[in-house]
Amino acid sequence: MTTAAYQIDAPAKTTTLTHQYVAFGIMTAFFVVAPIFIYPVFLMQALCFALFACAFNLLIGYVGLLSFGHAMFLGTAGYISAHAAKVWGFPPELAILTGTAASALLGVLAGALAIRRQGIYFAMITLALAQMIYFFALQAPFTGGEDGIQAVPRGIMFGFLDLSNQMTLYWVVLAIFLFGFLLIYRIVHSPFGQVLKAIRENEQRATSLGYKTDHYKLIAFVLSAALSGLAGATKAIVFQLASLTDVHWTMSGEVVLMTLLGGLGTIFGPVAGAFIIIAMQNYLAQFGQWVTIIQGLIFVVCVLAFRRGVIGELGRYLKKPL
Amino acid sequence: MFELLGISPQALFGQLLIGLINGSFYAMLSLGLAVIFGMLNIINFTHGAQYMIGAFVAWYALQYFGLNYWWSLLIAPIVVGAFGIVLERTMLQRLYKLDHLYGLLLTFGIALILQGFFLNEFGSSGLPYPIPPSLQGGQNLGFMFLPNYRAWVIVFSLVVCLVTWYLIERTKLGSYLRAATENPTLVQAFGINVPRMITLTYGFGVGLAALAGVLAAPIYRVNPLMGADLIIVVFAVVVIGGMGSILGSVVTGFALGIIEGLTKVFYPEASNTVIFVIMAIVLLLKPAGLFGRTA
Repeated sequence: MTTAAYQIDAPAKTTTLTHQYVAFGIMTAFFVVAPIFIYPVFLMQALCFALFACAFNLLIGYVGLLSFGHAMFLGTAGYISAHAAKVWGFPPELAILTGTAASALLGVLAGALAIRRQGIYFAMITLALAQMIYFFALQAPFTGGEDGIQAVPRGIMFGFLDLSNQMTLYWVVLAIFLFGFLLIYRIVHSPFGQVLKAIRENEQRATSLGYKTDHYKLIAFVLSAALSGLAGATKAIVFQLASLTDVHWTMSGEVVLMTLLGGLGTIFGPVAGAFIIIAMQNYLAQFGQWVTIIQGLIFVVCVLAFRRGVIGELGRYLKKPL
Repeated sequence: MFELLGISPQALFGQLLIGLINGSFYAMLSLGLAVIFGMLNIINFTHGAQYMIGAFVAWYALQYFGLNYWWSLLIAPIVVGAFGIVLERTMLQRLYKLDHLYGLLLTFGIALILQGFFLNEFGSSGLPYPIPPSLQGGQNLGFMFLPNYRAWVIVFSLVVCLVTWYLIERTKLGSYLRAATENPTLVQAFGINVPRMITLTYGFGVGLAALAGVLAAPIYRVNPLMGADLIIVVFAVVVIGGMGSILGSVVTGFALGIIEGLTKVFYPEASNTVIFVIMAIVLLLKPAGLFGRTA
């Protein structure tokens, strides 16, 4: 089997998770305090991408499936929720739900096709399917082509949360992120998550133990797609924009990079990776193509010398899986 | 018949020709990918960038050294192949014991670096590369006008594909290669230097990409982004054909190029996506690919 070589240290013992609760407490406290000294719009962008990377990590880190087309879920949910909020006049919570549901549905279709092959074929198939969605988004009448869907109304959530207030919006985004994060945490540590890890380590063995691995892989794929969609839909409402950038293959590459840099198969890694990459993009934005070159360099360095990622190395240093 | 369909024969044959041209590139690139995958178990994401560099080498050779197209056909594969060998020796080699996915990620990173570098240097608008004088003009075939250069590209890439097939399937060197693909340890035990063979295979596959780049330069202009979108289509071609057979990838490449061309005539909206749709259908009916062995 191909998936045995991930460098993930000693499997997490489900009995001693105290340090993960502590780490979660620190992370949450940081996000609560952060808007005082960090620009909230940057934080919201990073939180959306952090959720996206966590959803992606559910697949690569815990099932061993490398999807190279996750932008299709981010982008589709963005377009659908933007359209729902702007043209259909949906309130934000319904718009986000509609976008998420659209991505989940797309996840069922794409997943059913992609899990028919393994390893690098899986990566190539997801990449090709995402490219198909990209061309669809480029040509479809409602997506606005190169312009995207602009000036999406933020609206009033649940009838009383006015999202045009930046801090209200921040708390809503944080709540959505924490919901997604805890859901992924719950999935990973559930019996279902244990089966996923068994599939990652040795799929044939899992099959021989009587698990229908295809069902598990498909469910994991759909969950990952839906959570990526949640991130994309939230992002569309926050930035009032759904555009081709979010469905392009470079976005699929970026989420791989965030997860790899933070640490494949770590709970907190994707969050750290997303923050580092988004910060880098913001600070280096004026240098044009240098961002691409630096991203490429990070890929090369991570693969050759730093396969555990930032949080993976930290966890190894502390001798506790994070 | 053409009147019935409401399509002019010029448009039909014109698109068929474009389809054949695209098919030549699909075939050459997927062939290189398949050869590399067979030996290295790595999907070479840098393939598109190496194709682009091939075109840039041709442009550079003409611009600064006055070396014409025919020299470039020879030089570009050697230069880019040598660059590939350096990559294999210094980086890819360290990944063979790890999961295949790391090879994909590493080559993706290298592709980003190369693409970013060329975009910085040359911008995204592209540079013109002239058709060599001896291949200018064209033939009037009665039903259509056939530019000489395009005919040359189709014939030349067919020859390259067939020579590659002959090398791998019919020569002694090729038999070593196929044996090492099946069982490298055993072949090494017979005293054959397998690591060197792997290195040279990578250089060869990359050289094929560069050769395709030189062929493409007069048609598509020389552009830093020319390989990025193409490589994704080629991945779909590889999934459709399966990487088990050399002739399989050549046939699939040309066939898909033609289908894409025909789609442009009959239903232009779908011309960008038709190959991906075919991929989805093939995955449903024959998951291992048309010519593939089950992994």
